[in-house]
Amino acid sequence: MDFKSGKALIGVCREEGISISEAMIRRESEVFGAPRDETIKKMTHALVVMRESVETAKAGNVGVLGGYIGGESRAHLCYIEKNGALGGMISRASAYAMGVIEVNASMGRIVAAPTAGSSGVLAGTLIAAGEEYGFDDEKLVRALFNAAAVGYLITLGSTVAGAEGGCQAEVGAASAMAASALCELFGGEPEVCLGAAGDAISNILGLVCDPIGGLVEAPCQKRNAMGVANAVISAEIALATRRTLIQFDDVVKTMKKVGAAMPAELRETALGGLAAVPNVKKFCRDCDLCK
Amino acid sequence: MRELSAFDIIGPVMVGPSSSHTAGALKIARIARRLAGGKITAVHFILYGSFAKTYRGHGTDRALLGGILGMETDDLNIKNSFEIARARGINFMFDTEDSENPYHPNTVEITVFFEGGELTLRGSSVGGGEIEITNINGTDISFSGQYDALIIRQKDAPGVIARIAGVFEKHNVNIAFMRVYRDGKNAYSIVEIDGSVSDEFMEEIKKLPQIDSVSYFDFAD
Repeated sequence: MDFKSGKALIGVCREEGISISEAMIRRESEVFGAPRDETIKKMTHALVVMRESVETAKAGNVGVLGGYIGGESRAHLCYIEKNGALGGMISRASAYAMGVIEVNASMGRIVAAPTAGSSGVLAGTLIAAGEEYGFDDEKLVRALFNAAAVGYLITLGSTVAGAEGGCQAEVGAASAMAASALCELFGGEPEVCLGAAGDAISNILGLVCDPIGGLVEAPCQKRNAMGVANAVISAEIALATRRTLIQFDDVVKTMKKVGAAMPAELRETALGGLAAVPNVKKFCRDCDLCK
Repeated sequence: MRELSAFDIIGPVMVGPSSSHTAGALKIARIARRLAGGKITAVHFILYGSFAKTYRGHGTDRALLGGILGMETDDLNIKNSFEIARARGINFMFDTEDSENPYHPNTVEITVFFEGGELTLRGSSVGGGEIEITNINGTDISFSGQYDALIIRQKDAPGVIARIAGVFEKHNVNIAFMRVYRDGKNAYSIVEIDGSVSDEFMEEIKKLPQIDSVSYFDFAD
């Protein structure tokens, strides 16, 4: 079994009466000859590392290398604790996502999903959803396979690299993966999952990649937080409406075209966008959040 | 391009911050370590392009040294690689080449000094943790890490390649790409293969006459 487009994936799911996660697990066996239990074990390890990266950031300052970020996740969680969450599960999930990016920037261990720079979105969303709604690890691992299928289709049809497609490709893909994974967790059919994934990319179409100092710190960290919010919203709307105007495959194609139209300055080269704002270094020296 | 797996998307499990500037850099240095013919005593790195500009914030220096120490890309000790190298008595130095960079933006040249010799290797991190080795000891070469690969250092003599090829045939290992190079002192074969090789294969190829060293790179793993 294999599928090279969203349309083909939905076809496979319909024919076999299976979920997207099940299709991805079966594809892994059929394309790579990997035994099913090993495949699931490997994905369980990814979930464990994701949870560890969230916990590491929660435990305290991790000491990032560049110094443009540090401590935001803990500050956010303390605020929620004291004042209540403004955004329901989005609040906690986005704090977790920021924490994963802090861990990443401190040479801590993360799971690229699909990239290191966007590694907070899926981890933050799924760990928080597990805590908030009581999904066990078996369900969360399933959700990761669902996300993997979406990321695989985006990689085939476009790109997940900021250097090629900007942040819309990196955090956009991560957000689409998380949106689809959430939909499956909440009982959405394959069509609903891909509808949510497509909407998540559509919502941030054109977002540039402009890392300050060329490092995976800012604005990447808060864009990961935004990627979480975007995923939850896209999933909820898809579950509620069960329809989307533009199909997933067309959104992916469009994202590729938009990425190609972006000037090189806005594709990870740190020559444009926020990376070109003067005096960021000075402000960073004078701020003490990460101390 | 090989098929993408679920674990190319949810993965790799790695130490951050960057698949290209951290994980990829480490992989290049690991290859230099594997090719060194003895205990490593010192390493010199020259960083080009984006590596030269952003290596501190990306931990590229620590990752490169971690690769020389044989660490994996998910080893939490990568950030302590300077201290570990010092404790093991390995000297290291980083230089940056700030003038025009004729190579890929993320390129490093590594000279490894080991007991009995030295080796210089140039490699680029081409994105997503994928790498390309472009030069060994002044000889331009190319291998990508897309396939499992063997680097064989052999005597520059007639019949050696035929004997190497014989082992591939006997063990039914298909060669995807094979290139042979020489640099005056040594000759190399770089063989990229479909699938992987067995322990028996490795034992047999190492036992061939006129073979100095064989390194196997299990990139599919």
